[in-house]
Amino acid sequence: MYAWMWRRLPGPLPVRMLTALTVLAAIVLLLLFVVFPAVDPHLPFNNVNVSTKSG
Amino acid sequence: MTAEPGTTPRPGGASATSPEPGASLRARPGHVAVAIGVLGELMMTAGVIVLLFVGYELWITGIFTAQAQHRLEQQLAQQWSAPAPAGPPHPAGSPPSVDVVPLGSALAVIRAPRLGRHWHWVVDEGVAPDDLAKGPGHYPKTALPGGVGNFVLSGHRTTHGAPFYGVDSFKAGDAIVVETRDTWFVYRVTGESIVDPSDIGVTFPVPEHAGQQPTQRLITLTTCNPRYSASQRLIVHGVLATSEPKSQGIPPALQTGKA
Repeated sequence: MYAWMWRRLPGPLPVRMLTALTVLAAIVLLLLFVVFPAVDPHLPFNNVNVSTKSG
Repeated sequence: MTAEPGTTPRPGGASATSPEPGASLRARPGHVAVAIGVLGELMMTAGVIVLLFVGYELWITGIFTAQAQHRLEQQLAQQWSAPAPAGPPHPAGSPPSVDVVPLGSALAVIRAPRLGRHWHWVVDEGVAPDDLAKGPGHYPKTALPGGVGNFVLSGHRTTHGAPFYGVDSFKAGDAIVVETRDTWFVYRVTGESIVDPSDIGVTFPVPEHAGQQPTQRLITLTTCNPRYSASQRLIVHGVLATSEPKSQGIPPALQTGKA
């Protein structure tokens, strides 16, 4: 899969590496600032309140 | 059927297409091998994402919380340097009352020598996830610092800076000092208990006795127990021992470093 993506990248090697790193960085930033914060409140060990709801 | 210029003609309806020229020259893995390879790569990716998430929870949420604490500290400094809002004068002999603040705003600073000399957190109003991501939160509608009734705080145990990580180490008599605009409220720990997550009785003005009129000035901390779990809640109970005007300097409970 990743090999296939790598082969699909255009340009010479340095350009490919730059593209791959940029995409990787974008994914990591998306995870850290969008996906993980959205998931975080639903984690069991982040429930610290006492409440009649189960959360 | 005529194909538009620039597009390759496709046989209508037929799914079979001739292999690209040259593709047959290379030995191609079978469908099963390709599927297993893709599955393996996806699973490795999932593993890396899970590890990244663990790192996010344990460390990066702490960075965000530290930034939020810094903002809350500035907010408190502003609030406390501004002249006190006009209100009815408080009766002589009792500490000045504390004003209600909007959800998410800084309310007070909490310190506890047992948890370390530098352990101090700005408490903000509210116990929603956003409020607790900034630091310990005050259950709205429970008593305010120093008030008659139950001043109830909630805090994370393992993530978001983990303000309440070490609250299990409290011993009876330990000081929990709450700083407000004018006053140091020194509470003393009376005990700890482990309860069911649905046990809201611990937040009542008279704990476990709904509807009763409070006479004591209590503090209650709630957090999850055991660490990294949510099956129970750890509750720290305390009662107000003294309240000292900040004009008299740092209270003895904080000076000695030991309670």
